[in-house]
Amino acid sequence: MGKALFHVLVAAMLVFLLAPVLLVIPMSFSADKVLAWPPSGFSLKWYAAMLEERGLAEAARNSLVLALVVTTATLAIAMPAALAIDRWRFAGRDAILALLTAPLLLPTIVLALALLIIFVGAGLLGTWPGLVLAHMLVTLPYGVRVLSTSLSTLPASVEEAAASLGAPPSSVFRRVTLPLMVPGLVATCAIVFLVSFDEVVISLFIVGPQLVTLPVALFRYVESRTDPLVAAVSTLLVVFTLAIVLILDRAVGLRRAVGK
Amino acid sequence: MPIASRLALALLLPALLVNLAVFLVPMGNLALLSFQQASAGGALLGGFTFATWAKMFGDVFYAELVLDSVTIALSITALTLLCAYPIALFIYRTPERWKNLLIVACVSPLLVSAVVRTYGWMVILGDGGLVASILRGLGMVKPPRMVFNTTGVVIGLVEILMPYMILALIAGFGRLNASLEEAAASLGARPFTVFRRIVVPLTLPGIMLGCLLAFVLAVSSFITPKLLGGGRVFLLATEIYDQAIVTLNWPVAAALSLVVLVIFGIALLLYGRLSRAIA
Repeated sequence: MGKALFHVLVAAMLVFLLAPVLLVIPMSFSADKVLAWPPSGFSLKWYAAMLEERGLAEAARNSLVLALVVTTATLAIAMPAALAIDRWRFAGRDAILALLTAPLLLPTIVLALALLIIFVGAGLLGTWPGLVLAHMLVTLPYGVRVLSTSLSTLPASVEEAAASLGAPPSSVFRRVTLPLMVPGLVATCAIVFLVSFDEVVISLFIVGPQLVTLPVALFRYVESRTDPLVAAVSTLLVVFTLAIVLILDRAVGLRRAVGK
Repeated sequence: MPIASRLALALLLPALLVNLAVFLVPMGNLALLSFQQASAGGALLGGFTFATWAKMFGDVFYAELVLDSVTIALSITALTLLCAYPIALFIYRTPERWKNLLIVACVSPLLVSAVVRTYGWMVILGDGGLVASILRGLGMVKPPRMVFNTTGVVIGLVEILMPYMILALIAGFGRLNASLEEAAASLGARPFTVFRRIVVPLTLPGIMLGCLLAFVLAVSSFITPKLLGGGRVFLLATEIYDQAIVTLNWPVAAALSLVVLVIFGIALLLYGRLSRAIA
């Protein structure tokens, strides 16, 4: 009796947790002009309307390009840093790791304001370099953290074996370390890409009239109008995110990928 | 300096430079800004003044803003704990095979942008939404308004913070031990007594970690209060945005940011104290 009640409670809470995401999907097929549940009929008109919104398509393209650039830049900078942190014992090593991951501990609204003020002075507001730098503020900590965790779980003996057989350090890195790191690298790419693609608070402060990202465009749309159009975009985003996670899972296995 | 250290520094340099440019310098600048003067148009005049802080301390609006933000964040934290605890307990007791699947299901909303999830709550709580139509179906002529007010913000944020809370709770449930519960039950304790005297005390580390996480995220949240509050709910983060983007009063925005950081610090300190007390 008490157990059944507990299970009902758990089920109710799970429904509460998943309801907003799950309800958005049928909503996107609504035939109504406004947000109403249940919809009076179903249609694909909001998917058609979504394609008509020029601003959204451009914002989606911007977000995609931005996330790709941010992922590449983050990887290029985080990889050497993670290597240094994992492989060399030097004074202040822990302090440096703490400093590099510190932005994750602070509220994004504060980080966003701090960037806005600096970017105004530097003329970076609403520019591509500005957005890339701003996103790296939050992606670099993830990159350094996930890559150094992934490095620390590699078996050191394999590298030592290669080195003892006469391989120079650069070959050891290229032929042994890097291939072993592929799961960690794929995971880092996926995490950094999604963090950048989803970033909204910092972007809201940094974007300009000529350069808007998809989350910012959606935020502004929801702020001014409530119709099922955003549900259509949201459904596509959910499918897109799911695809990335599934690819990640297929490629390396989720548990292995996040370094367990 | 040995070669290895120099190489390590060279490898770290790009990351440190980016950190300096987008983190250390902007944050330092932000801290100083609240002590600068600004003209009515928003231009900074330099100098050092306590004028912004004095104005904020003298204005009851800001005192209420801080008090409201903290109160709302605390209620959200408590409600998130209540909603997440049964799920976490259930997952913790589930056999290994199903455990991972359940954890993935609970964490999956984190992969969906806060804008989309907040929009989902508009679908549910809006005037023509799911809850309103159910209430109408039950015969209520005028269902209460659940969006563009504090109710909506609280409901939306509780759901958005639940995955964090569930993860923190499960991480802190290590001391939970089925044999202790069985022992208490076999000695005649009723289920609720077992829960209150055995389960809750043993899961306190998880409860505190989850509450810390939920509180700091709630008190600094922006997207959900802005969208579900519809401009009628004033919290610290929404006020920082308005001051920075709409009013262009950067010293006030900077000062409010420091207030948020101080609240973070106090929460962390309390967490440290309480953790030591129960350890």
